[in-house]
Amino acid sequence: MTAHPMPPSPLLQVRDLRTWFDTFGGVVKAVDGASFDVGRGEIVGLVGESGGGKSMVGYSIMRLIDPPGRIAGGRILFDGTDLCGLDERALRKIRGREIAMIFQDPMTALNPLYTIGDQLDEMLRLHTGLSARERRLRCIEMLHEVGIPQPEARLGNYPHQFSGGMRQRVVIAIAMIAGPRLLIADEPTTALDVTIQAQLLRLMKHAVEKRGASLILITHDLAAVSQMADRIVVLYCGRIVERGRARDVIERPRHPYTRGLLDSIPHQGLKRRRLSQIPGTVPDIRKLPPGCAFAPRCPMAAPVCRESAPNLVGGPSGHAVACHFPLEAKAA
Amino acid sequence: MFGYVIKRAFQMVLVLWAVSVLVFVMMSFTGDPTYMMVPLDATEEQIAQARRLLGLDHSHLTQYRLFLKNVLQGDFGRSFVFRQPANSLILERLPATLEIVFLAMAIALVVAIPLGVYAGANPKRAGSHAVMAGSLVGISLPGFWVGMVLIFVFAVKLQLFPSSGRGPTQEVFGIRVSFLTWEGLRHIILPAVTLSIGTLAILMRIIRAEMMEVMRQDFVRFARAKGVGQRGVLFRHGLKNALIPLVTVFGLMLGDLIAFATLTETIFAWPGIGKLLVDSIYRGDRPVIVVYLMFVALMFVVVNFAVDVLYALIDPRIKIR
Ligand SMILES: Nc1ncnc2c1ncn2[C@@H]1O[C@H](COP(=O)(O)OP(=O)(O)O)[C@@H](O)[C@H]1O
Ligand code: SF4
Ligand SMILES: [Mg+2]
Repeated sequence: MTAHPMPPSPLLQVRDLRTWFDTFGGVVKAVDGASFDVGRGEIVGLVGESGGGKSMVGYSIMRLIDPPGRIAGGRILFDGTDLCGLDERALRKIRGREIAMIFQDPMTALNPLYTIGDQLDEMLRLHTGLSARERRLRCIEMLHEVGIPQPEARLGNYPHQFSGGMRQRVVIAIAMIAGPRLLIADEPTTALDVTIQAQLLRLMKHAVEKRGASLILITHDLAAVSQMADRIVVLYCGRIVERGRARDVIERPRHPYTRGLLDSIPHQGLKRRRLSQIPGTVPDIRKLPPGCAFAPRCPMAAPVCRESAPNLVGGPSGHAVACHFPLEAKAA
Repeated sequence: MFGYVIKRAFQMVLVLWAVSVLVFVMMSFTGDPTYMMVPLDATEEQIAQARRLLGLDHSHLTQYRLFLKNVLQGDFGRSFVFRQPANSLILERLPATLEIVFLAMAIALVVAIPLGVYAGANPKRAGSHAVMAGSLVGISLPGFWVGMVLIFVFAVKLQLFPSSGRGPTQEVFGIRVSFLTWEGLRHIILPAVTLSIGTLAILMRIIRAEMMEVMRQDFVRFARAKGVGQRGVLFRHGLKNALIPLVTVFGLMLGDLIAFATLTETIFAWPGIGKLLVDSIYRGDRPVIVVYLMFVALMFVVVNFAVDVLYALIDPRIKIR
């Protein structure tokens, strides 16, 4: 792989992001020094067990971290602009228009008191100068795109008149209607039926690809990500433990944690199970062991792991791993 | 909707009937009002005659039957004291009461909503704690005391407002109101503020609590992620949801205000139905008391009906049946 011609700069560059919470029990370092890129038109999977800081990375990019949380350090460069340096006014022009975010539970993401037409329209009112008629047409078009039957009639319906899957389609429509260049989807299908999950993931991939937009897919489900993502970032206790092209990470995981996640994916045909193959549980993020945070659960832990934290070290083709004893790349 | 209205109307009649019985029974146990009507030195004969004139010589059952029959013909009896129909007496004074009740409610809402929203959206800020402390004071202070302090400070010391009475009124659609002139407003301010304090304090707490709850919801975060500004998030998305539980207690609050209006009207010599009630109780003017109570019951039913409709208007998930 040669480095030239100069690739265009990534759409999003997260550099050494630290998102900390000041609590009575001490500082909770929900995200502690995360760095990764999202290229233009790229799908990046952000994976890890619950509590690993995935959502906080997403909220940080949206600048939606509320006290007692704060972005304690790092930069978030969106198309060259550091989002951490923007004020609320400037951020409102970014949110929704440039970067959209959707959340896990479609049952609660929509305001129960407004029609979905109104909630779609709100996005256009905020971010475009379209006339009422043009906006209405855009809304109908968008609902059609996400697969809502009879979109025109459905505009006047309230959220409670839709099923969970349909609501998440509406949420996706709202997120995409102003044409954002980056969509952050935080466990968008976790709350839904397995059969609907795949449909919605495909829908999102489609909506993003069609517009040349990028997608950060946050999930604890490595299987879902492996089919969609171009690149994968693995987060454990607020730190990135592995990062690389999806193929590399899935086929040649180098971090014992990633390997554990992969091993716990049931094979096709079997019922999905929780991540039970990794022994132990995620430690309390306030009382992380010194050294490697994964050491208490790692089958390969050595004394050095408990003393010094491994740095994230890049290998060929950007496959990076934070481990003193990275797994050998299996012969391909 | 049609069935609902029918149901409500039927309910209304039932409530009024129940109240009429209750009131009548209670009245019968409160002694013979004849003695309050006649001069102290009246003879047995004069007393008996007065009793006959008042219709009190019949049995209770007959009295009630007569009363019911007259009521159905729109005749609620005559005031013993004023010698005029009790219902017209009430209707005459009703606008004065409604005026301070509505103004008090308006004051309570206008002050409580922004403060409650602010406090609920920023529960950790000092301002929020101040709002909570203030509302606790407002709840604890007895209304009559607030009224007297206001009179002392603003009427006696500063001489900004008159201490009692209603001031000039104008007729609007046949109803006499006083808030249209500066002089009329000067008269109504103190009693309305006095009346609003308790409701204001409670409203503020409810709105704060509801806002805290609503602001945690996903759709609020989604709204922020959409790029909705602070004001839109708080009022368009937050407050409207916070109002739903409020609407359910709104009817009760309005009822409270009407009840507390008796006290406020007495302190400020405000010529409303509350003052009329208190005066009538002193004078044993039974027909007026009966009409007052039935009237208040009617208002409760009507307000609750309005609340149901309002509820359905705000929340699309609610269908009135
Ligand atoms: N308000 C808060 N106060 C303290 N800690 C918090 C708060 N919100 C989140 N955290 C911490 O942030 C960590 C990461 O959470 P999150 O990003 O939601 O994980 P994930 O999305 O990967 O499941 C959690 O372990 C939690 O301890
Ligand atoms: S650094 Fe040591 S403990 Fe941590 S993952 Fe690697 S081998 Fe395991
Ligand atoms: Mg999460």
